[in-house]
Amino acid sequence: MEKGTIRVKAGLAEMLKGGVIMDVTTVEQAKIAEEAGAVSVMALEKIPADIRGAGGVARMTDPEIIVKIMEAVSIPVMAKARIGHFGEAQILQAIGVDYIDESEVLTPADERFHINKWGFKVPFVCGATNLGEALRRIGEGAAMTRTKGEAGTGDVVHAVRHLRAINDEVKRITGLPKEELMTTAKELGAPYELVVYVHENKKLPVVNFSAGGIATPADAAMIMQLGADGIFVGSGIFKSENPMKMAQAIVEATAHFDNPEVLARVSRGLGEPMAGTATSSLDKAQMLSQRGW
Amino acid sequence: MLRIAVLALQGAYREHILALKREGIYGFELKLPHQLEEADGLIMPGGESTAIYRLMKKYGFEDQLGCFFKAGKPIWGTCAGMVLLADKDTGMGLGYMDITVKRNAYGRQIDSFEETIKTDLGGAKKEFRAIFIRAPKILRTGKNVQVLGSLNGEAVMAREVNVLACSFHPELGPDPGIHDYFIEMVKNNKGEN
Repeated sequence: MEKGTIRVKAGLAEMLKGGVIMDVTTVEQAKIAEEAGAVSVMALEKIPADIRGAGGVARMTDPEIIVKIMEAVSIPVMAKARIGHFGEAQILQAIGVDYIDESEVLTPADERFHINKWGFKVPFVCGATNLGEALRRIGEGAAMTRTKGEAGTGDVVHAVRHLRAINDEVKRITGLPKEELMTTAKELGAPYELVVYVHENKKLPVVNFSAGGIATPADAAMIMQLGADGIFVGSGIFKSENPMKMAQAIVEATAHFDNPEVLARVSRGLGEPMAGTATSSLDKAQMLSQRGW
Repeated sequence: MLRIAVLALQGAYREHILALKREGIYGFELKLPHQLEEADGLIMPGGESTAIYRLMKKYGFEDQLGCFFKAGKPIWGTCAGMVLLADKDTGMGLGYMDITVKRNAYGRQIDSFEETIKTDLGGAKKEFRAIFIRAPKILRTGKNVQVLGSLNGEAVMAREVNVLACSFHPELGPDPGIHDYFIEMVKNNKGEN
C-alpha cells in the first residue's frame, strides 16, 4: 500500500469539489456544519474575523480542540499551520488531521520560506493571489490551492480579484507559443514544468477553491461561476444571525451555482449575514492576503 | 446515442464525465431528478457521502432514482456513491445493493493509499491500479452479489444485477477498464450490443 502519494493527496481535494468547507471553533459548530452538508470543516480556535479583532500572534489551534472535533464528525477535518511553521505542521500530521492549511490567516513564522510540503504524508492546501504564487506552492508540494481573498471581512471583492487574476493568467499562458514559457516562468517566479502543465492543460495542476470574504449564497454562486472548484467559508456562517440556515443555503448555492431559481429560493429569509468590514477601509498592514512569498 | 448521467451535486463528477468522453461516450451532469429521464445509465461519484446524501434528499431524488433502479437501468457508485447504494446500515443507503458498508473504514486521509488490485470483469482477470481515499469497506455481500475486485481477500468491487459498486476511484487514474465495463452494462441493457 502506497500512502501519501500525490495522487492520493490531490485525490481528496477532488472529492471535496463542488462543496463547502466551513470554519468551526467548537464541537457544536462542527456538528452544525456537517448537518448542513459541509464537505469538510476547518478546526480553529478563533474564526478569522475574531483573529482580526484580537490582534497579537495567531498560532496553530490547540490540538485538544482539533482532536475533539475530529472525534465528533465523520467528514474530513482540516487545521491551519502558520506559513513556514513546519513544527506546527508536524504536530497536525501526528494527530491525523486530513488536510493542513498553511495559512496567511495565522501570523507567519518564516519571512522567506514556506513549508516543504513534499516531506509530509498529509496533504496541504495553500493560499494564492495569483498564478505564480499558486504554482510556487504546488512546486513546494501543495496538493490543493485556494485563492486568498481577504479573510474575516465578509467582503468578497478580493476573492473575485484573485480568482480573476489566476483565470486571466491561465488563459494567457494557454495561448503563448512554447518558446515564451521559460521567460514566463521566470517572470511569474514559478517552476517551468508547472507553467508547461498549465499551457498544455489549460488549468491549474490541482484543485483550486476560493476563500476569504464569502458571506452569502450569492457570493458562493458568483465565485463558482467564476470557475472556483469549491468554497471555504470562514466567518460568514458563524458570524451570521442563523448559522444553520446560512450554512445550508451556501451549500445549496454552491451545488446549484448556475441555477438562479434555486439561488433565489435559498437566499430568502436567511436573517442578517455577518456584518463585515469593507476591505477598502483596511491599511495594507491589515491585509492578510499580502502574507506569503 | 448512449447517455450516461453523472450525479453532480458534489464531488468528482467532472472526472467521470471526462473518463466517459475519453471512451467516446456522452456523460452529462445530473443536478435535478427529472434529468434522469434522459439517461440510459447513472454514475454516483465519489465525494462526501453526507453532503451528497443531504442534497439528494432535499431535492427529492429518491422517487425518480427508485424508478430508474427498478427499471433495471445500470447504476454505478464509486466510494461515496457505493455508500449511497448499500443497505441502510450507515443511515444513508438507498438499499439498491445487498451489501453492508462502513464509511472511512481504512482510516483517515493519512491512511489513504494506492494499490494494485485484482479484478475479474466478465471473465477477464486483470490488475487495476486503484486509489482509495478515506474509503468505505464492504463488510458483507448478499447471496446475489458477485465480487468483481478484491484487495487482500476483501471485496472492493461488486455487482448485483444492474448495480455496480467500488470502494475506490477509477475516475482518478488513467486505466479505463472499469468505465468500459460499466459502459458495456449500459449498452447491453439498452440492447445496443
